[in-house]
Amino acid sequence: MTTLSTPPRQPAARPVKKTGATFRRTRPGAPDRTRKRGDTRFVLACLLPALVLFAVFMVYPTVNVFRMSLYTWSGFSPDMKFVGLDNFRHLLDDRQFVRAFQNTVALLVVVTVATMGMALFLAAIMTRQKLRGGNLLRFVLYIPNILSVVVIAAIFSAVYDQNNGLLNGSLRAVSLDTWQQVWLGDQKLVLYSVGMAMVWQSLGYYMVLYMSSMASIPEELYEASSLDGASAVRQFFSLTLPLIWQNLRTSLTFFVMSAVNLSFVLVRAMTGGGPDGSSEVLLSYMYKQAYTNSSYGYGMAIGVVIFAFSFLVSLLVSRATRREPLQF
Amino acid sequence: MTMIDSPSLGAPSTGSARPGGRRARAGRAVTYTLVTALALAIAVPVAWVLTASLKAKSEFFGSPWTLPEALRWENYVDAFTDAHLGSYFLTSVLVTVLGLVFVLAVSVPAAYVIARYDFPGKGAVETALLAGLFVNVNYIVVPIFLMLVDWDKALVDAFPDGFFLDNPTVLSLVYAATSIPFTIYLLTAYFRSIPVEYEDAAALDGASRFRIMTTIMLPMARPAVTTVILFNFLAYWNDFIISLTLLPGEGKTVQVGLLNLFTAQKAAADYGRLYAGMVIVIVPVLLVYALIQKRLIEGMASGGVKG
Repeated sequence: MTTLSTPPRQPAARPVKKTGATFRRTRPGAPDRTRKRGDTRFVLACLLPALVLFAVFMVYPTVNVFRMSLYTWSGFSPDMKFVGLDNFRHLLDDRQFVRAFQNTVALLVVVTVATMGMALFLAAIMTRQKLRGGNLLRFVLYIPNILSVVVIAAIFSAVYDQNNGLLNGSLRAVSLDTWQQVWLGDQKLVLYSVGMAMVWQSLGYYMVLYMSSMASIPEELYEASSLDGASAVRQFFSLTLPLIWQNLRTSLTFFVMSAVNLSFVLVRAMTGGGPDGSSEVLLSYMYKQAYTNSSYGYGMAIGVVIFAFSFLVSLLVSRATRREPLQF
Repeated sequence: MTMIDSPSLGAPSTGSARPGGRRARAGRAVTYTLVTALALAIAVPVAWVLTASLKAKSEFFGSPWTLPEALRWENYVDAFTDAHLGSYFLTSVLVTVLGLVFVLAVSVPAAYVIARYDFPGKGAVETALLAGLFVNVNYIVVPIFLMLVDWDKALVDAFPDGFFLDNPTVLSLVYAATSIPFTIYLLTAYFRSIPVEYEDAAALDGASRFRIMTTIMLPMARPAVTTVILFNFLAYWNDFIISLTLLPGEGKTVQVGLLNLFTAQKAAADYGRLYAGMVIVIVPVLLVYALIQKRLIEGMASGGVKG
């Protein structure tokens, strides 16, 4: 493999968080470069603090989500009643839950398609055309990714504000008054308004990510296919996409999972699930049941559904996108 | 190769553009426009917050595009003192720094041992940590809260006011714990990429295992440690769900303080304070990002070993 591209400005380790590009390396069973045995005391001393913290604050609570989903419990009272799968049975009749589920799925589909599509498209044209100012652009594109959700929520409620918001204000300024909307108050619109904020938050990150993996594709391939008369669109679909497929695949899996969370924190800060539950998502409904309603058991049953749901979606995504890995 | 050879994607795709043709140039113009529009869509709202934080109350009710007439620094004073963002800010700094110290103190040794030593149950430990990558804190914040409530009940004789809830140190422990899988994962991969010869040489010179880890390997892993610090800093500083849940009392983090301002503003329309608060929250993140990004690049350019 040749590296014609400029030396990576992004640290190689950074994209790992979401792409897991080097996943294979730590998978159990993979050959390890371990070289010594022994000194149990040293190993224990190094390992134990991390493992204890991990067990107490992650493993135990995770197990508890599953255990508590089988009980009814109003929180601080001592009486916990074992009810088996009753909580789950109630879920099926809970119209608010069904709605939250539908909202989550709708958001995931719309936001994933929009973010991934735009990120790939923009990354492709930017890499192929080698625009100037790439560094500055990368800096700007990354900014939403470092802002807190509270800040993003506040920014977008300023953008969406009915009277003096950036969006409606600008529409008025160019005399498109009829296009003005109550972006966060309209039951049909609010979900898309949240989705737009999500795309705004993650688009830049994925663009930068794909730009760096596209930059490593050897230039000769494009030259050769140009000589064969391949159009740019053709090159994108038969060259670029297949060659970054593995990266795309892992980032997609992680994107779906982070989108489940992002939708929750944004909804929690921006709309509180309103108006009238029309922007409620699974996690925000769980939070509401647990704290506002003090139905901890019921809330945890929702938690189990979320676990199962995101696991299934990741599995489906990874199955559906499986291809023979291509090398250049 | 030159740019001219590459047909542009922005142009209509009926055929490949002629080298240097008008199509290619038009395509580049379209691309520039698109990319500039995107950059503006990101930069304008952020810049707008910065300017709006200096506006007087009455100025919020006109066109959103006007600049402030006079610079109202009072908004900041107001946010810092009346809205308590000053003290919340200190809580956030404390929690973030402590969290980073905790996570590095436990993860660096663990990652090093996993990368370099063989021990019984290693496979299980690695699998558990890998699975932990998929457990988001938001899924388990409720059981964590209940667990802390339980612990407080058990200790009610010793600490009648409670010890575990409303305790910034406990909050930073929770932060540290929940970022252990990611941190160890990243550090382990990096440690594995460092050649073992350095340690062999140090061991021949009689350095202890602990010294090899702290004085040889840790400095060599600096790029990975910096990355970990950047990511965890962002996660801790920007979190509001966990701190909202675990610090229900007076001592809030700055994000929760901002969320309260944000909720109050919907009723009272006290915009100046809110935007000043947003700037207070954004500025440290932007500074750290700008600084560490530069250092990360330096580390890469001078680095002998790449991850």
